[in-house]
Amino acid sequence: MTLLKVDNLKVHFPIRGGFFRRVVDHVKAVDGVSFELQQGETYGLVGESGSGKSTTGKAVVKLNDVTSGQILFEGRDLAGLSRKEIKPFRKDIQMIFQDPYSSLNPKKRVLDIIAEPLRNFERLSPAEEKKIVQDFLDKVGLSPESILKYPHEFSGGQRQRIGIARSLTLKPKLIIADEPVSALDVSVQAQVLNFLQDLQTEFNLTYLFVGHDLGVIRHMCDRMGVMYRGRLVEEGKSDEIYENPQHIYTKRLIAAIPDLEPEVRGEKVKLRKKLTAEYESSYSKFFDEDGRAYDLKPISPTHRVALH
Amino acid sequence: MNKAILKIENLTTSFRIGNKYHAAVDDVSFTVAENEIVAVVGESGCGKSALALSIMQLHNKLRTKSEGTIHYNGQNLLKLNDTQMNKVRGKELGMIFQEPLTALNPLMTIGKQIEENLDYHTSLSKDEKKQRTIELLTQVGIPYPERTYKQYPHELSGGMRQRAMISIAIACNPALVIADEPTTALDVTIQAQILDLLKDIQTRTKMGIILITHDLSVVAEVADRIVVMYAGQVVEMGSVKEIFSNPLHPYTRSLLNSIPSATHEKNRLHVIEGIVPSIAKMDRVGCRFQDRIPWISKHAHEERPQLHEVDKGHFVRCTCYKQFYFQAEGDESTHDITQSR
Ligand SMILES: Nc1ncnc2c1ncn2[C@@H]1O[C@H](COP(=O)(O)OP(=O)(O)OP(=O)(O)O)[C@@H](O)[C@H]1O
Ligand SMILES: Nc1ncnc2c1ncn2[C@@H]1O[C@H](COP(=O)(O)OP(=O)(O)OP(=O)(O)O)[C@@H](O)[C@H]1O
Ligand code: SF4
Ligand SMILES: [Mg+2]
Ligand SMILES: [Mg+2]
Repeated sequence: MTLLKVDNLKVHFPIRGGFFRRVVDHVKAVDGVSFELQQGETYGLVGESGSGKSTTGKAVVKLNDVTSGQILFEGRDLAGLSRKEIKPFRKDIQMIFQDPYSSLNPKKRVLDIIAEPLRNFERLSPAEEKKIVQDFLDKVGLSPESILKYPHEFSGGQRQRIGIARSLTLKPKLIIADEPVSALDVSVQAQVLNFLQDLQTEFNLTYLFVGHDLGVIRHMCDRMGVMYRGRLVEEGKSDEIYENPQHIYTKRLIAAIPDLEPEVRGEKVKLRKKLTAEYESSYSKFFDEDGRAYDLKPISPTHRVALH
Repeated sequence: MNKAILKIENLTTSFRIGNKYHAAVDDVSFTVAENEIVAVVGESGCGKSALALSIMQLHNKLRTKSEGTIHYNGQNLLKLNDTQMNKVRGKELGMIFQEPLTALNPLMTIGKQIEENLDYHTSLSKDEKKQRTIELLTQVGIPYPERTYKQYPHELSGGMRQRAMISIAIACNPALVIADEPTTALDVTIQAQILDLLKDIQTRTKMGIILITHDLSVVAEVADRIVVMYAGQVVEMGSVKEIFSNPLHPYTRSLLNSIPSATHEKNRLHVIEGIVPSIAKMDRVGCRFQDRIPWISKHAHEERPQLHEVDKGHFVRCTCYKQFYFQAEGDESTHDITQSR
């Protein structure tokens, strides 16, 4: 079942200038992106810094205004809804942010942090609320006494768990995880990734997983999209993309992943040099005169590439 | 092995917290040779930056104490006064910081910042300085060096800033460069370019590099030797080849197992329970890692684990690695790595 379908999404930010702060131009942060998420799957968005990954994720929860295109959630278009009309959907779609250090309010106790979304949607007695919060703390592996503590009393991994517990209390269907482990040490990262997988099974969650670490994306995602300058340049099953990348940018991205085997590094340096040269010489094969990637075309039922 | 440039012996660096000193770098010894990249790895809080700043002597002297020796060019850096150290710093020892935006001066053009370093350590004329600066910017792969010369840090992308920072660090052809997480803030494509660049420069200048990182795949990609630090101490050390094919200390092993890899399947990742203790709470006797491998019984640990040379150049702290079992999930339950190797 298709849970989310993003169709030709565009998010353009105005650039203002001059005396009257008039709009002089636009940053085309997301410029015609389409993909679908099946219920229960994990879909990854990768790409370099500034390619529009976060903007895409935020558009789905309407933290950004949508310039054009559709965001169909269970068949209903969210793109055109007002902030008020979107409210019922806020329950179903939650977002987890990158930085566990700054995304939790340091002045609030864990109880209040986790219960906040609940309070917006449901009228619960303090006892009921406490019970729910403690249940979720238990799910994320934190002790029930944690409810009275403050964020600074926890480690990075624990804080990220608090953020996750908070996003789960409303039993969402879709979670948008924007680089949920990028700020964490590998050891803590492993903890959080395993944990996200457990939760997915338990609650039948669907994830839109934004990241720039291809190791993490491959580990987590069934399917993925590669973004470059606001456009998708390749999209489909993760395995197919890793094993048979077709777009020059994807090839470069994959060649850039450091390898855990020291023996092969000489070859990798050569491969990267070769791909850089290929990128420069075959630019017109992959981008139009305006430097825009072409529309995606299927090369197999589960693999699409932006080719001319 | 090539000629050793830097030799660190029994370095202990302690910070004053309240009225007591606590060691963040505890009895660390290793050497760096010409043309060699030595990686220092470990989780956040293991003392990597404290080590780097001790070598560069950039700690606040009023609150910090460093003991031991750091031999460089026939002198002990720890015994130099400020004037002597300023001569060494920037000229002979370069440093690349993790966050270029905070390390660069926001009010000065990139060109001026490089020239400032040249001013201090060389006696080039104005034109020669500019020429050298442009040359440096070209060397680090900045596409329009003449333009970047006149730009301010905020006008450059993250990757360009890091390149500018590298050009400052290598301006005076230092014998050794310390790079503290030089690529952590960058995305993979740019990270790969920067690492390739460092390698490239090294081939030309034969400088030694201390590369600080928590990313083991970066180590596999560029380093010759690796020093694994845990809670201020060296727990394992050896050639990259040796450590990646035959890691012994439970901490090294755990780190390697917790990395999701782009080439392996979606099995569960190994999790290292707990966190690095803060320096004020660290046990000074007994092994600091024991709390994080709770399935090994308490009496199995060594009282005062020492570094042993198990193979030429391969050092491991303590002998406990022999009883290190993975708490691996699924069918791999209690998988004995020492037998399966
Ligand atoms: N509120 C905004 N106003 C103007 N421009 C914006 C805004 N938010 C993002 N942008 C621009 O849109 C582009 C895409 O940004 P986005 O944050 O989506 O990138 P990203 O792929 O998530 O990058 P990163 O990996 O660095 O997080 C960038 O050029 C950014 O500067
Ligand atoms: N100036 C200081 N005063 C007191 N304690 C300090 C100081 N600098 C560092 N520490 C402590 O020393 C320990 C080691 O810190 P250090 O910055 O060297 O860690 P690191 O390995 O570089 O970690 P990261 O990967 O997060 O950069 C930490 O417990 C830290 O809190
Ligand atoms: S066996 Fe040795 S190295 Fe391992 S945890 Fe115990 S004391 Fe530390
Ligand atoms: Mg982002
Ligand atoms: Mg550090």
